[in-house]
Amino acid sequence: MKKNFQQENCRACVSGLCCTKIINLGVIRNRETILRNINLHIHCGELTALIGPNGAGKTTLLKAILGEVPHTGKLEFIDSHMKRTSRSLIGYVPQKLDFDTSSPLTVLDFFGTAHAKLPVWFGHSSQVKKRAQNALAVVQMEHLLNRRLGALSGGELQRVLLAMALDPVPNLLLLDEPVSGIDQSGLLLFYELVSRLRREYDLAIILVSHDLRMIEKYSDRVVFLRDKTIAYSGLPGEVLNNPKVRETLGLDWENALENGSKRGRSC
Amino acid sequence: MELWYNFIDFLLPYSWAKHFFMKNALLAVLLVTPVFGLLGTMIVNNKMAFFADSLGHSALTGIALGVIIGIKSPLWAVLCFAVLFALAVVLVKNAQTASTDTIIGVFSSTAIALGIVILSRQGGFSKYSVYLVGDLLSISPKDIAALGLIFLVVLFIWVKMFNKLLLVSVNQSLAISRGIKVRLYEYSFAVLMALVVTVAIQWVGILIISSLLVLPAAASRNIANNMQQYHLYSVIFALFSGLAGLILSYFWGTATGATIVLILSLCFVLTLAYKLMRN
Repeated sequence: MKKNFQQENCRACVSGLCCTKIINLGVIRNRETILRNINLHIHCGELTALIGPNGAGKTTLLKAILGEVPHTGKLEFIDSHMKRTSRSLIGYVPQKLDFDTSSPLTVLDFFGTAHAKLPVWFGHSSQVKKRAQNALAVVQMEHLLNRRLGALSGGELQRVLLAMALDPVPNLLLLDEPVSGIDQSGLLLFYELVSRLRREYDLAIILVSHDLRMIEKYSDRVVFLRDKTIAYSGLPGEVLNNPKVRETLGLDWENALENGSKRGRSC
Repeated sequence: MELWYNFIDFLLPYSWAKHFFMKNALLAVLLVTPVFGLLGTMIVNNKMAFFADSLGHSALTGIALGVIIGIKSPLWAVLCFAVLFALAVVLVKNAQTASTDTIIGVFSSTAIALGIVILSRQGGFSKYSVYLVGDLLSISPKDIAALGLIFLVVLFIWVKMFNKLLLVSVNQSLAISRGIKVRLYEYSFAVLMALVVTVAIQWVGILIISSLLVLPAAASRNIANNMQQYHLYSVIFALFSGLAGLILSYFWGTATGATIVLILSLCFVLTLAYKLMRN
C-alpha cells in the first residue's frame, strides 16, 4: 500500500515522471550534527534552488546525496519506469577544482579521463574526441577543446564542467555554484542554459546558489536551509518574500537586490 | 644478459661501455628512469613531492628493521615498512586532524630518526651510508631482473588506473559522481609509489630519490601543453639525464644518482628559462 501511495504521489509530480526522495537525511561528523531531518522530493524537469547562510550545510547536502559524506536516513530514486533504486546516475558540477591550474591538462584530456580506456597520455581516439566535442556543443563551448583547463575563465570552466556532468545524461544534476569568479553576463548565460537543459532533458536539478535574483527568475522551487535543516521550502516568490528568510539573509538579501550587477561581492 | 652485453659492445664501442658494471647500470637506467618519469607527472600534479621524499626516509627505518630481524637483503623489510608507512600517512591525512605537510613532516622525521637510532646503536652507522647516496654501479643482473619485473607490474597497474586517478585529482566529488572509488585509488597510488621508491632506493639513494621522481615532470611541465606532451617530455628528460648522468659519473668518478639529479636540475632550469622567455 505504501509503495503504491508513493508511486501515485510521484505520478502527480509537477512535470516529470521520475523523482528523487530524500527521507529524513542527517549528517553527523566528528560528533557534530551538520544536517538533520532533511525531507525533500526532487522531481524531473524541476530546478530546485538551495539557499541559506554560510555554514547552513548546502554543500554537505549535495555531498551526502552524492554518497561522498556518510549520512543517516534514506535516498530513493524512482525512474520513469517507476522502478525504485537506491543508486542513480548523478551529474555533479563542483564549485571549484582541486587541481593545480598550471597543469598541462586540456579540456580534451579532461573528457578523456572519464571516457577513454587507455591512459590519456597515449593520445585520444577519434571516438573520445567526438564524444567530447558533442558534449561541449551542448553548452556551446566547442572551441575550448584544446585549451588548458587551468587557463579557462570562471564561466567557461563552469560550462565545461556542466558538459561533463551531462554526459551521460544523469537522472539528477547537482550544481554547486561558485561564490565568485563569474561576471553577470556569464551568470545569465549559465542560468539560461541550465533552464533550457532542464526542459530538453527533463532533468531534476538541485542548484546551490548565491544569486537570489537569478533564483527568483529561473527556479521552480526554493529550499531555504538554516540551522542544519530545511527551514522553508516552496515556490520562489513565497520563500524569497518570507520575512524570516529575508531577515536571516539580512544584508545579503538587500545587497543582492541592489547590486545584482556586482555579483560575487554581494554574496 | 649475454645478448645485452654483445649488443652494447656492438652499439657503443667506447671505453666506458666496456665494463660489465657499466653495461648493467646502463640497462638499469633504461628500465628505471622511464617509470620514474611517468609516475612523476602525477606526483607533481597532486603536490606529493614531499610525500615521495618521506617514503625515501622511511626506507632507512626499513633497513634498520631488516638488520634487527637479521635479513641479509633488506629489500623485503624496506618494502613492507614503506607500504605500511604510505598507508598510515594517507590514513592519518584523511582523518583531517592537521594539514597534510605537517602530517608528512611528522612521519618523515620519525622514520629517519628511528632508522638512525637503530643503525647507529653500536656506532656503526657509516657502513649503511651507502643507502644515503646509492650505488648504481654495484647492481647485478639478478637485481636488474627483479627491478624489471616489479616495474612491469607497476607499469601495468599504472596504465589501468591512470585516468581515474587523474579525475580524482581534478575533483574528488566529481570522481565520486562518476562512480570512482576515490579512497581505493588514493591508497593504491600511495602503495605504488612506495613500491617504486623502495626497489630503486638501493641504487639511487635516500637523499635524492624524490628528486628523480619530481624533476623530470617538473621540467616537462614548463614546456608541455597537454597530457601527452607532459608525459613524453618527462620520460625523455628522465632517460636523457639517466644516460648522461651515468656516463659523466664514470668520467668524473662521482656518485651516479647525484650526477643524474644535477643534470635533471639543469633541464629544469633551462625549461623554466624557456617558459619565462615565451611568456
